[in-house]
Amino acid sequence: MPKEIIKITDLKRYFKVGDETVKALRGVSFTIYEGEFVTIMGTSGSGKSTLLNTLGCLDTPTSGEYLLDGISVQKMGKNERARIRNRKIGFIFQNYNLLPKTTALENVELPLIYNSSVKAKARAAKAEHCLREVGLGERLYHKSNQMSGGQQQRVAIARALVNDPVIILADEATGNLDTRTSFSILTLFQRLHKEGKTIIFVTHNPELAQYSSRNIMLRDGHIVSDEINTDIKSAEEAYRNLPDDNE
Amino acid sequence: MNNNKMRCFLTMLGVIIGVGAVIAMLAIGQGSKDSIKAQISEMGSNMIMIMPGAENRGGVRQSGSDMQTLKPADYEAIRNEATMVQYITPSVNGSGQWVYGNNNYPSSAQGVNTEYLDIRQRKVADGEMFTEEDVRSAAKVCVLGQTLVDNLFPDGTDPIGKVVRFGKIPMTVIGVLEEKGYNTMGQDQDDLALVPYTTVMKRILASDYLQGIQASAVNEDMTQETIEEITEILRRQHKLRDDQDNDFTIRSMQELAEMISSTSSLLTVLLAAVAGISLLVGGIGIMNIMIVSVTERTREIGLRMSIGATGRDIMMQFLIEAIILSVTGGVIGILMGCLATWCISTFAQWPVSISGASVILSFAVCTFIGIVFGFYPAAKASKLDPIEAIRYE
Repeated sequence: MPKEIIKITDLKRYFKVGDETVKALRGVSFTIYEGEFVTIMGTSGSGKSTLLNTLGCLDTPTSGEYLLDGISVQKMGKNERARIRNRKIGFIFQNYNLLPKTTALENVELPLIYNSSVKAKARAAKAEHCLREVGLGERLYHKSNQMSGGQQQRVAIARALVNDPVIILADEATGNLDTRTSFSILTLFQRLHKEGKTIIFVTHNPELAQYSSRNIMLRDGHIVSDEINTDIKSAEEAYRNLPDDNE
Repeated sequence: MNNNKMRCFLTMLGVIIGVGAVIAMLAIGQGSKDSIKAQISEMGSNMIMIMPGAENRGGVRQSGSDMQTLKPADYEAIRNEATMVQYITPSVNGSGQWVYGNNNYPSSAQGVNTEYLDIRQRKVADGEMFTEEDVRSAAKVCVLGQTLVDNLFPDGTDPIGKVVRFGKIPMTVIGVLEEKGYNTMGQDQDDLALVPYTTVMKRILASDYLQGIQASAVNEDMTQETIEEITEILRRQHKLRDDQDNDFTIRSMQELAEMISSTSSLLTVLLAAVAGISLLVGGIGIMNIMIVSVTERTREIGLRMSIGATGRDIMMQFLIEAIILSVTGGVIGILMGCLATWCISTFAQWPVSISGASVILSFAVCTFIGIVFGFYPAAKASKLDPIEAIRYE
């Protein structure tokens, strides 16, 4: 039996907006095992952002239980959650969120600054390793605003990897990219998955489901389907089959 | 911070100007205080001045007759009876025109005795001082200061032995005082002529009263006792009953020094306060720019938080940025202040003195301002909700 990375039971999250209570999550339960590549899909308003925030320890559930890597998260204080985010979770955002006018290397070093167990001298080497991993070994000293969207997202992925997290949370990671670049990023995700990383990919694009190992569909705060995908398509193949822009 | 050099510089400018002004003001204040002190000790810190008339109370004007209370007899009495007085001279001034040939110069004739030179620590450079005999006989002789010599003998003639006139009275120049230059208050200490006091009283003023008595105590520490001794002698001389106030005033140089330096301290504090206000304005500038910066960098703060920065980390980051701004500004300000001080001393010839304390003080104030004015924006940043911050547009 593979290790349980995330285990949520009957997770509920209600927001008070004025007099009304918005029920974003109405009791969600699932378990994610080590080495899974999970796509969480849903239209806007389905509660997937709230779920992602909760899984990312940015938000605490109104009720329900959340175990991350065996640790109960929902009762943690702000600072403890910050520590968990730093050590256990790698975030990847739709709009990359790199520091402007800062080199790729410095961006990737950022999470290490908040990790006291990594010595200052070891930071650069670790960051460089991760950048090579995502294929940006030649662009260590490029500033974030001198890079293309795809390259920026690769820097963001390297940043998510640098603290060696137990889970990578990607929020619409290909949402801002054109089809070609999307597939090259997806290829990278598949490679990381093969290397044994656990990935949760949140998207509203149903097409992407065929490239992951498991699909969870959300609607109105409930899970409507949770299926294992046995027929994983290769993103790399799809990338190669795309018509070349230059032709 | 590196990405906004212009903005950083402008923000720091407030602190730079503030600190620079504080340093320069304190340097000017301290410098003038130091030079007053130096000058007073040069004049003799054991000097005692006795003036006619009661101490001025509440600004009530005193009549002319009140000012005629000191007589040569008082001087004689102090001279003969006081044990702690080393030197003593009466002082009477006649103002008028000094004339030699075609040249004339408005000045005064300072009537003193031979001990004046010892009290004021002056020397005769050429010729000699008048003698006790000259004083007794009210001789028509004078010892000129260099300014008078320059004005009466512009062609460089040796003044010794020449007969000059003070008003209508011819006087023989028997000596020239050693040059002393200007004092801190800008008075020309060479613009004077010493004449036996008897000459001034009998031949110039035709008055029986002294305008003052100057004396020096045996040493500085004895000044207060000496003043008491003189007071006693004068009260007896003037036959004052116990319930009557003194009809004379005694001031020591020490008192004068304290008076002047307290005035100049007050001035220094005032100047520094004005400069301090500009430092405060600089601090507010820092706060303003930090608030703008926090708003601008909301996304960055959200990101940092989502990758593991605690509120404390964020707070420290902004606080340190504020402190770096203010301290860098402070250091530049200190350099600018020193530069300004140097300019003032070089071009305006003002006495200045930069004290280590003022530098350390401004540095500390800068750090403090950085912390105080950086705190609010930093706290604001640390309290942001990462979920909202990262989606902030």
